[in-house]
Amino acid sequence: MKYNITDTIIALSTPPGAGAIGVIRLSGPDTIRIVDEVFQGRNLMKVEGNTVHFGKIKDENDKMIDECLATVFRAPRSYTKEDVIEISCHGSSYIIEQIIQLFLRKGVRHAERGEFTLRAFMNGQLDLSQAEAVADLIASNNEGSHELAMKQMRGGFSDEISELRQELIDFAALIELELDFGEEDVEFADRGRLEKLVAKIKEVIKRLIDSFHLGNVIKNGVATVIAGRPNAGKSTLLNALLNEERAIVSDIAGTTRDTIEESLNIQGINFRLIDTAGIRKAQDAIEKIGVDKTMEKISESTVVIYVFDIWESKPEDLWSDVDKFLEGSKALTSGSKQLFIANKMDLNPYVKPEDYYKDGLISVENLIATSALNKMNIDALKDLLYKTVIDNPELMDQTIVSNSRHYDSLHKAYESLDAVLNGLTGGLTGDFIAMDIRQALHHLGEITGEIYTDDLLDSIFTRFCIGK
Amino acid sequence: MFPKYDVIVVGAGHAGCEAAVAAANMGSKVLLATMNMNTIAQMSCNPAMGGVAKGQIVREIDALNGYSGIVSDHSMVQFRMLNKSKGPAMWSPRMQSDRMMFAAKWRQMLEANENIDFWQEMITGVIVKDGRCCGIKTGIGLEIESESVVLTNGTFLNGLIHIGEKQFGGGRAGERASTGITEQLRSLGFESGRMKTGTPPRVDGRSLDYSKMETQPGDDVIGRFSFTDSEIPDKQRPCHITYTSTDVHEELKTGFDRSPMFNGRIKSLGPRYCPSIEDKINRFADRDRHQLFVEPEGWNTCEIYVNGFSSSLPEEVQYASLRKVAGFENMKMFRPGYAIEYDFFPPTQLKINLETKLVKNLFFAGQINGTTGYEEAACQGLMAGVNAHLAINEKEPFVLKRSDAYIGVLIDDLVNKGTNEPYRMFTSRAEYRILLRQDNADLRLTPLATELGMVNMEDRMKRVEAKKDYVKTIDKFVRTASVTPDQLNGYLDNINSAKLTQKVKLHSVLMRPNVYLEELRPLIPDLEQELAKYDIETVNLAEVGLKYEGYIRREQENVDKINRLEEVIIKDDFNYDALQSLSAEAREKLNKILPRTIGQASRISGVSPSDVSVLLVHMGR
Repeated sequence: MKYNITDTIIALSTPPGAGAIGVIRLSGPDTIRIVDEVFQGRNLMKVEGNTVHFGKIKDENDKMIDECLATVFRAPRSYTKEDVIEISCHGSSYIIEQIIQLFLRKGVRHAERGEFTLRAFMNGQLDLSQAEAVADLIASNNEGSHELAMKQMRGGFSDEISELRQELIDFAALIELELDFGEEDVEFADRGRLEKLVAKIKEVIKRLIDSFHLGNVIKNGVATVIAGRPNAGKSTLLNALLNEERAIVSDIAGTTRDTIEESLNIQGINFRLIDTAGIRKAQDAIEKIGVDKTMEKISESTVVIYVFDIWESKPEDLWSDVDKFLEGSKALTSGSKQLFIANKMDLNPYVKPEDYYKDGLISVENLIATSALNKMNIDALKDLLYKTVIDNPELMDQTIVSNSRHYDSLHKAYESLDAVLNGLTGGLTGDFIAMDIRQALHHLGEITGEIYTDDLLDSIFTRFCIGK
Repeated sequence: MFPKYDVIVVGAGHAGCEAAVAAANMGSKVLLATMNMNTIAQMSCNPAMGGVAKGQIVREIDALNGYSGIVSDHSMVQFRMLNKSKGPAMWSPRMQSDRMMFAAKWRQMLEANENIDFWQEMITGVIVKDGRCCGIKTGIGLEIESESVVLTNGTFLNGLIHIGEKQFGGGRAGERASTGITEQLRSLGFESGRMKTGTPPRVDGRSLDYSKMETQPGDDVIGRFSFTDSEIPDKQRPCHITYTSTDVHEELKTGFDRSPMFNGRIKSLGPRYCPSIEDKINRFADRDRHQLFVEPEGWNTCEIYVNGFSSSLPEEVQYASLRKVAGFENMKMFRPGYAIEYDFFPPTQLKINLETKLVKNLFFAGQINGTTGYEEAACQGLMAGVNAHLAINEKEPFVLKRSDAYIGVLIDDLVNKGTNEPYRMFTSRAEYRILLRQDNADLRLTPLATELGMVNMEDRMKRVEAKKDYVKTIDKFVRTASVTPDQLNGYLDNINSAKLTQKVKLHSVLMRPNVYLEELRPLIPDLEQELAKYDIETVNLAEVGLKYEGYIRREQENVDKINRLEEVIIKDDFNYDALQSLSAEAREKLNKILPRTIGQASRISGVSPSDVSVLLVHMGR
């Protein structure tokens, strides 16, 4: 727990995932200065409070990230009673992450959970009854997101980090042993081995940091292919999921000839949605390429959403189609998960999805009846996608560092490890090296959710004979 | 027969003595009650003060106007600054003490204080009225009234000594145990537990052959614990080091079936970092020898303390095995080692000012709280004495933060986490140890003691102010002075550091690894001339500040972040049950610990960051 109320903090204020717009909120003393540095438009330092300004956000290389609106609130007339700016940008998680990352690089810190409200309270904005209501919200949110993070961790790279962290703890214990029991005949920490270990951990962290690099967020989502016969409503479903008109939709079968990729964030997990050309015997050469490509995409995917038109397809049609596409795409052998969407329920409300169940393949567990057009049951589909990934952590190893809090921690851990290496080569004394190691352990622990302080002494006592 | 006292201190060990002087120096009328006035300030175990993390504590006690430092300095037989090669946070002063001088000096200093009265008798209980402690009951049935009581019973509460298969009641070798207090406190609703500790045999130094041992002399420069001009001796006695062997281990094993540790007679937990010799060879069977420190008990005695050979094996096994140690072939024993079990009260029953949550104005300090070590006990005594005085005068408690002092770390750990085994301080327990150094304890703490209104702080404050000024002057000198290649290149080449190509600031050279002022002094006349004005401790302090500026600043930033939470006070009657958004575990723990600040709450295990946010949001309105 470290709340420093004088930091400038940032967080996404709208729900994560794609929306029409995303609102990013900053609060704290440096808010206006820092936003002004990257905002091209009015000079925000000079504008009045409670005003909205159009402009462009550009990164350090003068590359435009997005056009957006900046709403400036000047202390004390803001939610937190501090200087606050709300940036409304386009609602893609890519853009949002890029903007947040830009500000983190500028020295802004990720808001802790509920920190805006905390500041509002600390600065006397909220009275108790208001705060109480918010507190309940914070508490309930925390539990959910914590559980998510934990599950994510178990599935992703956490084992690797945990293992390396444990090794680092053992080393830290050796250093502590040397410091606290140096007067006794204890063994000393082998600096060469420590150096190697630290270098190894750095490498892993570097890899993880790279995997996050923004271009990769989209590529590294859970590959989710939307497949099915032509005109089953795949593109409509994609649009419904994204809540926007991204794919060209028509009622002419075969409209989507290439694959379309979009990123969707469901409760912190990034899904790379791949809309594909319908699977049928191709009418022309171009469409054939599309179908082949679809099969290829399916074989590379982690989750397949197979959409069928419940109005057009009889159960037997579905089963034979599915057999064919599973075989053709090798989807079964690649270990991907299949979800089935009975689409166009609006056209025939009397048909029973249960009739389409098939032992070991299609059941209430993985079939959802929807009307993509009317956005019916789309939330249920999102829940199912989320649950599929959470329950099968092995699907997630590519997705994990899409969480920029983790990214932040990895970065800090990396810096501390760098300091450890510099200390080791520079002959720094054990107390300072231990300080850098502790810092690194702290940041790694932020990711894995483990705490270390008492581990250290336990590690010492169980492994070494000490005590006069 | 007795006036009404402000503070009665029960027990006159390290905790009791410090508690008495602290309360007295705050202005309270104090009664120090002990079973035996001839054993005031006994060193029950090893004849030494300080050591890693503990030396820092003694200096902190001194900075707060406690007497442990001055007494140790006076009775020192040997001084060593431990861990000198391990960085400034690790430097730890340690002294061998003359056991008898130590006790005599303490008694003299206590007697010199007009605010302290004495009473010799076993105390069997406290007087509690309306939830408030207002005196003590003695063995012969006296009742002595007071505003507050500090209990520092050490290992005496239902103390039970084990030597092999023999066991008998006792608080220390040759002294009786104390009975009554535990039973009474339990009847008041206190929870108690048992702990175990041990001590090695004492032997006749005239019977040892030191030529078979390594000599461990004291440092060339005799240092001090105290920041005052305390008296110190001009000579020292060496210690010696020898080792056990497989022969010794085999001999020890012949007594294992009669060991109270192994046959289950001792059930309570002893300190893992202070294991008995039988425990060491049992748990670490692969080691074929263990180090023993042969320590003199004083200037004018041949009594020797065999550090590292703590044991509760039958005395004849201790004797026979010790005789197989190199140099001990003809050893004569004065008394065998023993293990002792005693009552303690899990310290989570205390508030952060060491006052019990159940009974107002009743304070606990020392081993009664589950700690081990003279230094740990002494500093709790000091804090309990100060806080007893503050409590009866209805003033805010004196609380040291984890970032202020090791003392703060110790008490914070105790009251928030409790302890299952005797708690000893380590530097690794202190997350801010870079800031909590022995060289700056006075700068950290003396101003706080002065603010409290303790007597006789003028001289100490003057020294603090002067030291600060000197450090500033040295700092400025190093930052502005320049050095030339001819002055330093020979030296730099020697330590494999890049040579200078032009005149540079002295500061930039000092910032290099492995470059120290001590070595630069002789090479740079201006520097020598400047530094010669100050004592070595001040120079070291300035150097640490310069050389490790970045680390120190970073740590200070961490502290500043955390301390915002330390400043948010939680009222005693805060109703955690009303907060449904707290997790059930957090509610239970918070109700039990009753933290004084949000910072303290955040360190309780089971209280998550989200619980802390909930608290923060609800606080204060």
